[in-house]
Amino acid sequence: MIKNNGNGEYRVLGTRPVRHDGADKVTGKAVYTADVQLPGMLRGFILRSPIAHGLIKSIDTSAAKATPGVHAVITSADMPDVGDKIADLGEGAVNLKYLSGNVLAQDKVLYKGHAVAAVAAVDIHVAEEAANKIIVEYEELPSVTWVLDAMQDDAPLLHDDLHTDSMGAKSENPSNICTHMHFEKGNIEDGFAQCDVVVEREFKTASVHQGYIEPHASVGDWNEDGRLRIWTATQGSFSARQQTAEILQIPIGDVVVTPCEIGGGFGGKIAVYLEPLVGMLSKVSGRPVKISMTRADVFEATGPTPGSYMKVKIGATNDGKLIAGEAWLAYDAGGYPGGMIGPGCMCVFSCYDIEHAVVDGYDVCLNKPNTQAYRAPGATQVAFATEQLVDEIAKQIGMCPLEIRQLNAAKEGTVRVDGPKYPPVGLVECLEALEESDHWKSSLDGPLRGRGIAAGFWFGCGLKSCATVTVNHDGTVNLLEGSTDIGGSRTSLAMQLAEVLGITSDDVNPMVGDTDSVGYTDVTGGSRVTFATGLAAYTAGRDLQTQMISRAAEEVWDCSPDEVTLENDGSFTHNGESKTFKELASQLFKHGEPLVARAAVSPENPTNGFGVHVADVEVDPETGKVTVLRYTTIQDAGKAVHPSYVEGQLQGGTVQGIGWALNEEYFYHDNDTVANASFLDYRMPTMLDLPMIDTIIVEAANPDHPYGVRGVGETPIVPPPAALANAIYNATGTRMEQLPMSPPVLWKQLQSESAEA
Amino acid sequence: MVTVFIPAQLKELTGGITSVEVEASNIRQVVERLEQLFPGIQQRLCDGDALRSGLQVSIDSVMTSRGLIAKVQPGNEIHFVPAFGGG
Repeated sequence: MIKNNGNGEYRVLGTRPVRHDGADKVTGKAVYTADVQLPGMLRGFILRSPIAHGLIKSIDTSAAKATPGVHAVITSADMPDVGDKIADLGEGAVNLKYLSGNVLAQDKVLYKGHAVAAVAAVDIHVAEEAANKIIVEYEELPSVTWVLDAMQDDAPLLHDDLHTDSMGAKSENPSNICTHMHFEKGNIEDGFAQCDVVVEREFKTASVHQGYIEPHASVGDWNEDGRLRIWTATQGSFSARQQTAEILQIPIGDVVVTPCEIGGGFGGKIAVYLEPLVGMLSKVSGRPVKISMTRADVFEATGPTPGSYMKVKIGATNDGKLIAGEAWLAYDAGGYPGGMIGPGCMCVFSCYDIEHAVVDGYDVCLNKPNTQAYRAPGATQVAFATEQLVDEIAKQIGMCPLEIRQLNAAKEGTVRVDGPKYPPVGLVECLEALEESDHWKSSLDGPLRGRGIAAGFWFGCGLKSCATVTVNHDGTVNLLEGSTDIGGSRTSLAMQLAEVLGITSDDVNPMVGDTDSVGYTDVTGGSRVTFATGLAAYTAGRDLQTQMISRAAEEVWDCSPDEVTLENDGSFTHNGESKTFKELASQLFKHGEPLVARAAVSPENPTNGFGVHVADVEVDPETGKVTVLRYTTIQDAGKAVHPSYVEGQLQGGTVQGIGWALNEEYFYHDNDTVANASFLDYRMPTMLDLPMIDTIIVEAANPDHPYGVRGVGETPIVPPPAALANAIYNATGTRMEQLPMSPPVLWKQLQSESAEA
Repeated sequence: MVTVFIPAQLKELTGGITSVEVEASNIRQVVERLEQLFPGIQQRLCDGDALRSGLQVSIDSVMTSRGLIAKVQPGNEIHFVPAFGGG
């Protein structure tokens, strides 16, 4: 279902053409990194730390190097010294010392699975055999995996030289606390003094992994001329190029990255893990090298998204107006600094117009894999807290949970806790859509059944994108762009170009270029591609039309360009004569130069994606199992370019959020090593666990895009844990304060509360 | 004049002042004016000749990627906020 606020009638946008990459994918012809084969290619294997924390006293690679079939063995001693330098990677900045150290451990290992050495050999078996001959002497150190423990003064210290940064001020003593953030809005004491009801709870959430189906893989070929070519599974070819060049300390122009088809990323395929290693192994061996991670590698050495501790307090008046909010947040950073605490702080009250607020956030190093983004990074955790407290306030004052959200919903002009105001946004429209939905109007009968709702937000960013359009003899066009296609963006971009030019989606051949062939484009992340690279495609289309008007005036109609009219359907007219885009393009091709257009954009406003979810559940008190009976995801897409893709994003994000809510978590042994590094033991939901996820797309146009497009990919993961927690409460009267709300956790809490009662 | 909102973590340098009006035509000048008013604030906002990593500027609630060279106009409201990306 699509609810359109009247932001235009379109010929192409809003339709559901077959995706351009569909045939290759369903026939198995699409080339993923693991499919790449080069002449003489070696296979790589990475030796990883068996302990969670320790000093590397020595590494003896002699036996590995002597193994027949081995062509290269590297440790951090073979890697360049990158120094203590901050590199801007477009979507964020990173200290190269930490980035390089995560790729290959230097003097310490900081988590189980931390890469220590890499081997390239004639096949994977020889490489693994040789790697296992490497003798690493460790001095094991105490480890810590719970964020509050890691913050203590006497906690095992991961980095002797890490001092807490408080907006440029450094702590005197080293600490695992990398960053402290603090935000204030209004006067928190005055705010709480005005409240009739105040609720406060502590929450904790487990580490979860993005769980993409394709493990990380990279191929590197260091050529005789010094150029390094990389084929890889990445969300950003240009970011991968820069990270690789910085870690290997080679000119960025000497690296070319080809982004292969990608089997999911969700934020976890932005940082490089393998690219510098295959590059260095290729340099040492003189042959191309491929490394593919196992699933255990993926769980133990990549991602996850932060586990967290949160203490949140919200106050309101008896008529339901939220007045004050206070949050204290501590998020895992993993082995190195650079977690998701910033957006966590900025999102904790982002759905509501709360006049007085204080937020403190801490990014904390501990002995887990370095945390990475995961759809709306940092927002799902805080929504789990805030959305439950909003429900609790509604319960205490006898107000409908939908009504309290409508009363307090963020809207144009609402001031975020970090200061900026929202432009026109669509949360109110989403709540209206919920109120009008069949789901909300339906009854939910039966014991131990409950319904819950929750709202969610993600910024959606702009960043840099480029596009080039070339025109063929027949008036079809080729669209070359640089955004790795994870969710169908080739088609959503082609559709925007087709809409501009007055042709069909099938008339556009979209292609994702490598870093040598297309202009700089930031990562596929931040829900930005259909918005920002779509804007590039649109702008390139306009550039093309401008050229064609000038050429038509001179070469076809012998008139001034001002006398040629570009019609809304993309056709060109002069003195009553009309030519479609394809007709004019074909004619111009015969007479003169080929037509080529380009665009480079850097839109600066976030697209502000809001969503509201409603879930019906049934709880089995004998087992603690939660069955999701019905689920509806409502989200403002601005303009749904390809509704099927939007629905897919909404459903996919929701399912990941349901998994985060009900089952997914890293389990740790007593020695802080991961106990469930496989899909057998890391319990992601399957289709057998889920109902159909119904979707309602709201279209409240984004004023910063010509078609009103907003990013949609991230927000859907934000509300599910909170919506399900509220549903569980309404089913059982039990308020859940930790994720996951897995059967043993819920069963214990039900038993405990039953005993107390 | 533009209105500059002082990040809460820097109020210790401003004696609790939460916003000031300054004459400036770009963010670099905004920071220079702030430094004149509140010595020490520049090194909290900048690292050398650039904004500190992890920071971005909001001008009338529009995030700019242009950092210190971003232009401002009279009446603008300036915030220094954490940079964010996504997954």
